[in-house]
Amino acid sequence: MKVTINGKRFEIPPGKTILQAAQANGIYIPTLCYHEKIGPLAKCRACAVEIKGNPNLVTACNTPVTDGMEIVTDSDRAVAAQRFVIDLALSSGNHDCIICEKSGACELQDAAYFLKFEDKDFKKGDYPPNIDDSSAFIRVDHNRCILCGRCVEACNHIVVNGVIQIIDRGFTSHIGFDNNIPMGESSCVQCGECTQVCPVGALTSKKSIGKGRAWEVEKVRTTCPYCGVGCQLELHVKNGMIVKVTGVEDGSPNKGRLCVKGRYGYDFIYSEDRLTVPLIKEKGTFREASWDEALDLVAKKFKDIIKKHGPDAIAGVSCARSTNEDSYQMQKLFRSVLKTNNIDHCART
Amino acid sequence: MFFCIGTNMTEAHPVAATYLKNAVEKGAKLIVVDPRRQRLTDYATLFAQIKVGSDIAFLNGLMHILIKEDLYDKKFVEQNCEGFEEFKKHILKNYPPQKASEISGVSVEKIREIAHLLASIKPCLLCYTLGITEHTSGRNNVVSVANLQMLLGNMGLESAGVNPLRGQNNVQGACDMGALPNVYPGYQAVSDPKIKEKFEKAWGVTGLSDKPGLMIPAMLEALPTKEVRALYIFGENMANSEPDITHVEHCLESAQFLVCNDIFPTETTRFAHVVFPAAAWSEDDGTFTNSERRVSRVRKVSSPPGQAKPNWWIFKEIARRMGSTWDSAGGQDIWDNEISVLTPSMAGIKYARIEGDGLQWPCPTLDHPGTPFLHRDGKFSRGKGLFTVADWTPPAEIADAEYPYVLSTGRRLFHYHTRTQTGRSGLDAILPEETADISVEDAKKQGIANGDAVRVWSRRGEVTVKARVTEEVPPGMVWMAFHFRDGNANWLTNPVFDPYTQTAEYKACAVNVEKKM
Repeated sequence: MKVTINGKRFEIPPGKTILQAAQANGIYIPTLCYHEKIGPLAKCRACAVEIKGNPNLVTACNTPVTDGMEIVTDSDRAVAAQRFVIDLALSSGNHDCIICEKSGACELQDAAYFLKFEDKDFKKGDYPPNIDDSSAFIRVDHNRCILCGRCVEACNHIVVNGVIQIIDRGFTSHIGFDNNIPMGESSCVQCGECTQVCPVGALTSKKSIGKGRAWEVEKVRTTCPYCGVGCQLELHVKNGMIVKVTGVEDGSPNKGRLCVKGRYGYDFIYSEDRLTVPLIKEKGTFREASWDEALDLVAKKFKDIIKKHGPDAIAGVSCARSTNEDSYQMQKLFRSVLKTNNIDHCART
Repeated sequence: MFFCIGTNMTEAHPVAATYLKNAVEKGAKLIVVDPRRQRLTDYATLFAQIKVGSDIAFLNGLMHILIKEDLYDKKFVEQNCEGFEEFKKHILKNYPPQKASEISGVSVEKIREIAHLLASIKPCLLCYTLGITEHTSGRNNVVSVANLQMLLGNMGLESAGVNPLRGQNNVQGACDMGALPNVYPGYQAVSDPKIKEKFEKAWGVTGLSDKPGLMIPAMLEALPTKEVRALYIFGENMANSEPDITHVEHCLESAQFLVCNDIFPTETTRFAHVVFPAAAWSEDDGTFTNSERRVSRVRKVSSPPGQAKPNWWIFKEIARRMGSTWDSAGGQDIWDNEISVLTPSMAGIKYARIEGDGLQWPCPTLDHPGTPFLHRDGKFSRGKGLFTVADWTPPAEIADAEYPYVLSTGRRLFHYHTRTQTGRSGLDAILPEETADISVEDAKKQGIANGDAVRVWSRRGEVTVKARVTEEVPPGMVWMAFHFRDGNANWLTNPVFDPYTQTAEYKACAVNVEKKM
């Protein structure tokens, strides 16, 4: 379909919304409640745009493109409507980017920046701190919440845990857990899907606070080390340390979803308990050894045992947690060097 | 439609469960068969709360109705299967619904209702986890779910089939890689002379053994008898994860020489003579293969601490010190130049192709898109799908006057296995200790309140834990996990094994429980 956006002509495949058409062509429209995997909620109205011949502004997130449509995202009228929404959001709550965990990846910040907010028409209210710190891994700052509804949708319809809802109406409306009890006391399973879809700093991962700014981290895709689903993780790495884990939104099989272990169970690798030196037991206690000494000892013992008792007197258990390449090497050691098929792993237990 | 049997998906495979819940929201039907009223049952169209270890009787009862009432997929059975006549005769003769009901504790009406629902919707995707396999009848349980899906013609279609959800991140991969005593990588039999020759040539050796090796339980048993002198344990905490800890520790203690690769000191490394410090997840490049047979990349973001080394390097160094020099120079080299070359079903998978999403094997050529589901068009790998008669057998140990409760075990959401990792990632904040989950009825009978200390004991051991009184658990059952050393269910579990698979009966043993005074 042929459309124009801000006077430029574009060819758009059918079935797309105005927002999708604009995004695909590098044209920014402010959004708050829209998230690709949730689809259009059309609640926040930040994506208001003008269509030639249409007397009313429309929301870009849920308006399908039609052939010949002339869309204007940057007219005075559209921008005024966008600014109005962002202005209200900025004035209702404490959006203090300097200390906010979400700074640099915040969609409210992006919108305000794009709309060149140098001054606000609405005066900010007085908001005493309103933080729910009761959950082990998720921090809720109600003053940063813009009530976009993404977490509600995600909790109820993506991970289907049914914990988050909007409580009350009007000035006192807020996100709540179960029957409006602290998150840590609720039935929340701490999968963190809400932190992943939250456009602002209202729902953040506690472990990551203060560990690294969005622009400082390198994102590395990997596979979760826990169950057999094989979720794709994005490791947020700063100076070689994982500071946060999110799900890969367009990755199979999990499409961004994770569980509490995948999202928050990563920092065991930094435990003080890690084994760092080869150990050899002598008179019942371990002593540190060099790699050469320990490896030579194992090779010698294996050779001795094979000589005296045959190769089948050695057995090995591989690891269902480590990589394919490691298991391959271990069975290769047993089969091609020790000459035994006594190699198994815990698939059966 | 989904048929979930012996799978506590919302806790053990939480992300997989989200897709089921999404489908149910959109109108899909869900049948849950489980001894516990676990979370998935909240979303179920029909729930059959079977007695522990009655799966085969229940499934055969279902199939009795499907056959007797002519509700099965005749065309699929005729065209794609064999052994049906004998199977049919056996089921009709031996598993009338009344008998299935008596053994499973599910009413005849409920069994019939489930049979009718199964017959009315196609395809139906069947999922199971360790609730099926961790029995002395584990192999026969698997045979039975396969019989059911063949009977319904739910094979070789998308969103159908028999889908075991693998418990660990790379249990599929460890099997695929030949960390099994009877097969080389890609399930190529060690007893096949042609395969032996192929691997001898590839590895530049002669005299590869064509005799299948020992499975884990036999390895452990062979330690005290000295048939096995040395055991090499890579990253497994067997002293907590195997059934009957007291016995397992006796076996480990008897090892003449025990070597461990690990990232932490564990209850198992205590028994080692040499411990190698290994690189952990995210400290090395490699691949994991998930339950869908999808080979996905695992990437290194930092170096292992201290002198810790990648596991592949440790094995290569031992090989070198025993006279074999290997080229292997890291994950990509090992995969691209050895594994995918020697494994026909993965020949098309190379690191360059799995930068983003992984590929599902079979993927035999470089232009093959991978295989999301098996047995397409009802063409089974053995040719025709074989109906195999499987008879119900009770668990090895059943409740009696002395031990009147059935102990069943599994995993909980907030921890993973023996907690070597989750216990060091702050998850203790949510779940700090083991509990014995008991029914409201039994708690009342025994005067136990939620949180009371209880003593649970079996013929093998005894633990003291807090009681968790819950409606998830039926009367007569105690349910526990193996995450904590204290109160670990494996002090109690029964080291009896399926005769084919040598999988232990973690799901059923007899215990008693009382309030600790």
